[in-house]
Amino acid sequence: MKITLKVWRQQNANSKGQFKTYVADHVSSDMSFLEMLDVLNTSLIKKGEEPIHFDHDCREGICGMCSLYINGHPHGPQQTTTCQLHMRTFKDGETITVEPWRAKAFPVIKDLVVDRTAFDRIQQAGGYVTVNTGGVPDANEIPIPKKIADEAFDAAACIGCGACVAACKNASAMLFVSAKVSQLALLPQGHAERKERVEKMVAQMDAEGFGACTNTRACEAECPKAISVTNIARMNREYFSAMFSSYEVKVGGGGE
Amino acid sequence: MKLESKVPEGPLAEKWTKHKFNLKLVNPANKRKYEVIVVGTGLAGASAAASLGELGYNVKAFCFQDSPRRAHSIAAQGGINAAKNYQNDGDSVYRLFYDTIKGGDYRAREANVYRLAEVSVNIIDQCVAQGVPFAREYGGLLANRSFGGAQVSRTFYARGQTGQQLLLGAYSALNRQIANGKVKMYSRTEMLDVVVVDGKARGIITRDLVTGKIESHSAHAVLLCTGGYGNVFYLSTNAKGSNVTAAWRAHKKGALFGNPCFTQIHPTCIPVSGDHQSKLTLMSESLRNDGRVWVPKVAHKGLKAKEAKSITETDRDYFLERKYPSFGNLVPRDVASRNAKMMCDEGRGVGATGLAVFLDFADAIKRDGKDTIAAKYGNLFDMYKQITGDDPYEMPMMIFPAVHYTMGGLWVDYNLMTTVPGLYSLGEANFSDHGANRLGASALMQGLADGYFVIPYTIGDYLANIGWNDKVGTDHPVFKEAINAVNSSVSKLLSIKGKKTVDEFHRELGLTMWEYCGMSRNAEGLKTAKKKIQELKNEFWQNVNILGSASELNMELEKAGRVADFIELGELMVDDALNRAESCGGHFREESQTPDGEALRKDDEFTYASAWQYQGENQAEVLHKEELRFENVKLTQRSYK
Ligand code: SF4
Ligand code: FES
Repeated sequence: MKITLKVWRQQNANSKGQFKTYVADHVSSDMSFLEMLDVLNTSLIKKGEEPIHFDHDCREGICGMCSLYINGHPHGPQQTTTCQLHMRTFKDGETITVEPWRAKAFPVIKDLVVDRTAFDRIQQAGGYVTVNTGGVPDANEIPIPKKIADEAFDAAACIGCGACVAACKNASAMLFVSAKVSQLALLPQGHAERKERVEKMVAQMDAEGFGACTNTRACEAECPKAISVTNIARMNREYFSAMFSSYEVKVGGGGE
Repeated sequence: MKLESKVPEGPLAEKWTKHKFNLKLVNPANKRKYEVIVVGTGLAGASAAASLGELGYNVKAFCFQDSPRRAHSIAAQGGINAAKNYQNDGDSVYRLFYDTIKGGDYRAREANVYRLAEVSVNIIDQCVAQGVPFAREYGGLLANRSFGGAQVSRTFYARGQTGQQLLLGAYSALNRQIANGKVKMYSRTEMLDVVVVDGKARGIITRDLVTGKIESHSAHAVLLCTGGYGNVFYLSTNAKGSNVTAAWRAHKKGALFGNPCFTQIHPTCIPVSGDHQSKLTLMSESLRNDGRVWVPKVAHKGLKAKEAKSITETDRDYFLERKYPSFGNLVPRDVASRNAKMMCDEGRGVGATGLAVFLDFADAIKRDGKDTIAAKYGNLFDMYKQITGDDPYEMPMMIFPAVHYTMGGLWVDYNLMTTVPGLYSLGEANFSDHGANRLGASALMQGLADGYFVIPYTIGDYLANIGWNDKVGTDHPVFKEAINAVNSSVSKLLSIKGKKTVDEFHRELGLTMWEYCGMSRNAEGLKTAKKKIQELKNEFWQNVNILGSASELNMELEKAGRVADFIELGELMVDDALNRAESCGGHFREESQTPDGEALRKDDEFTYASAWQYQGENQAEVLHKEELRFENVKLTQRSYK
């Protein structure tokens, strides 16, 4: 196959980027998209041009490190991660446009590499159960109905890639945050802190500069792990009930 | 140098309890006066950093990825073992210990393995309390399965992504400590050296991968939780970034390297499709419960999966069922891998490259129905189809062995301390618990055991003994020297401006390792490999081409440093494989086999762990031996006939 690539090149966070066009010859349909870029990079280095920088690690669809906005879709045309996208999806002679995730909260570091540490900070704000190592009950002392456990699992399958943000015209992080909130809101282990958790995580999400959710569902359509927008509805319920009950506590408790 | 394992006296089952009591404690009010560095944030690193932060130590944690959650533990599929005996099927701490020691072909330390089995039960409790969504039964209790041929169902799992769920649990505990200010997290930061002053580890030198800044960090102790070195083979199931650099540089600063030649080669991976191949993908070994492995009886060059049906039953060789009637397709990983290689060596391999065997579900589908098979393996079948374009419901899968895990690593004593005081190694990065071969679902167990339940106790003893005053600041001349040395090696790499890319060198190294130090090894081949690796090393330092600068994100530069270390490690692996003239676990020496071609262990000569000591650039390393004493189990030859 022969593929023409229009790739976003940007030297660093402060410089202005631009598209550059490359032709990749001898692309095999068995290559993954990243392997196609590897081969292109080798040829660039041979020509004395710096290789295209992109994030990746596991290359098996689980670490969430790969990104790339391909022909207008995060992770490309299929509902999978970029590392699992194969060239047989494309046609010989096709032109493919490759951009970084675009979002204010995900600044570009270089070429196609962006900074997603905002996601870490959201989780640091409350995405945990407060338990120390040791001193916990026997695992089977916390029975959890299978249905609830499965639902929590569906939310826990999120790999933190950020495609939902890249897919959203508002660059909202609601799908990601709601998946994290849902997992612990569904499970009994997370109940003690559910109110503070959702409040703090949403506050951090807003502080990071992610946009508002206007229910376009583009996130769900592009999420490689099929995280459902029902999580967003659940998080909204969690959030409003938390706000309402904290208000009650404040009024009822008098000043302290 | 004398290797002291520090295994406590007393009966096996009481060692750890007694040891914990005998270890010194750090006064709670003094804990905040200590600083600990944790390198790597996989299961071992994240659990250690979180637990130490909870205890009150000041922790700095480092990972080269953009987030601690991406460490390669995330990719483990199968599950995690624990001797809970929830199934009432006869499991116990002793049985898990026994299976692990035997599975490791009697090349691990009894006391360590027993402790691992002992704390395995606490791990499950801890993870559930954090909200890890393990699989459950309808009654709401935890589900288990039997894994990798185990006789009991002791494996806990979370669909096909147990690693991700456990790591997210440890990551959440880590996040809590980051929010509390007890852990300071440095992501996109790579460790490039350990600083040793007066014989003790005092800190590390790092490179900020985004700005290129080389920095020093001092601490009372340093923990290397940096994973395995399977990428020395270039192609492996490891993540692209997984590397040996932290461990190797520690080795060069005095930490002995244990059993470097012990690598695990996993039988069920998707075969290589061409020269562009950048990594290999594992298909869970649970597939062998229902899939039948075969090749044609006579060679059919280039046989495709969709043509498999044209080979009649009588013309097929179900070689594992034929050779191992009692275990059949469920023989251990090393046996399955070696036999697949033998078929391909005979020219009976399938697929375009001839380096693959079939894993066929046709009989299982006929017997149980497509729906039942889909319920068990649906996601794996989908993944296979996504990668290869072939549909396993319609035709057999093609599989081939791939490097998956390294049992070798930094030598550590019972306290997980390396031969450098104050320098510890946890998880896959150390050599400790799996001997010559690791059982399925035991890697996650070891990572979390080390991080949650061992190091929090053992490090206290060291810290209490040295006292919080015993610390060296980053203004010490040794730190300055170390910074200069790292800076100059970085500039040296950039100045070579040769003709070959880093990947080209890495691939060449990988081919040599795979050919001569892979599934089957012999003295002559290993000697050839040693020569080739030495030549490659010379060429690398004269002919590698790295563009760009050191003061910004430069992924070629990162890779170059790692490949340089892999080349040196490769040579040590070959030395170790050459020295160990026996077959054991994943290490098969062709000179040491039974008349019917099975692995032959030589207990009289080789019941020891090898520990290699670095002697300086291009000098032969010195071998030390830790004799392994078995007081509780009797050494037997494995047999799966
Ligand atoms: S919700 Fe989906 S798209 Fe968003 S971070 Fe998680 S896995 Fe990625
Ligand atoms: S590289 Fe890990 S998910 Fe794509």
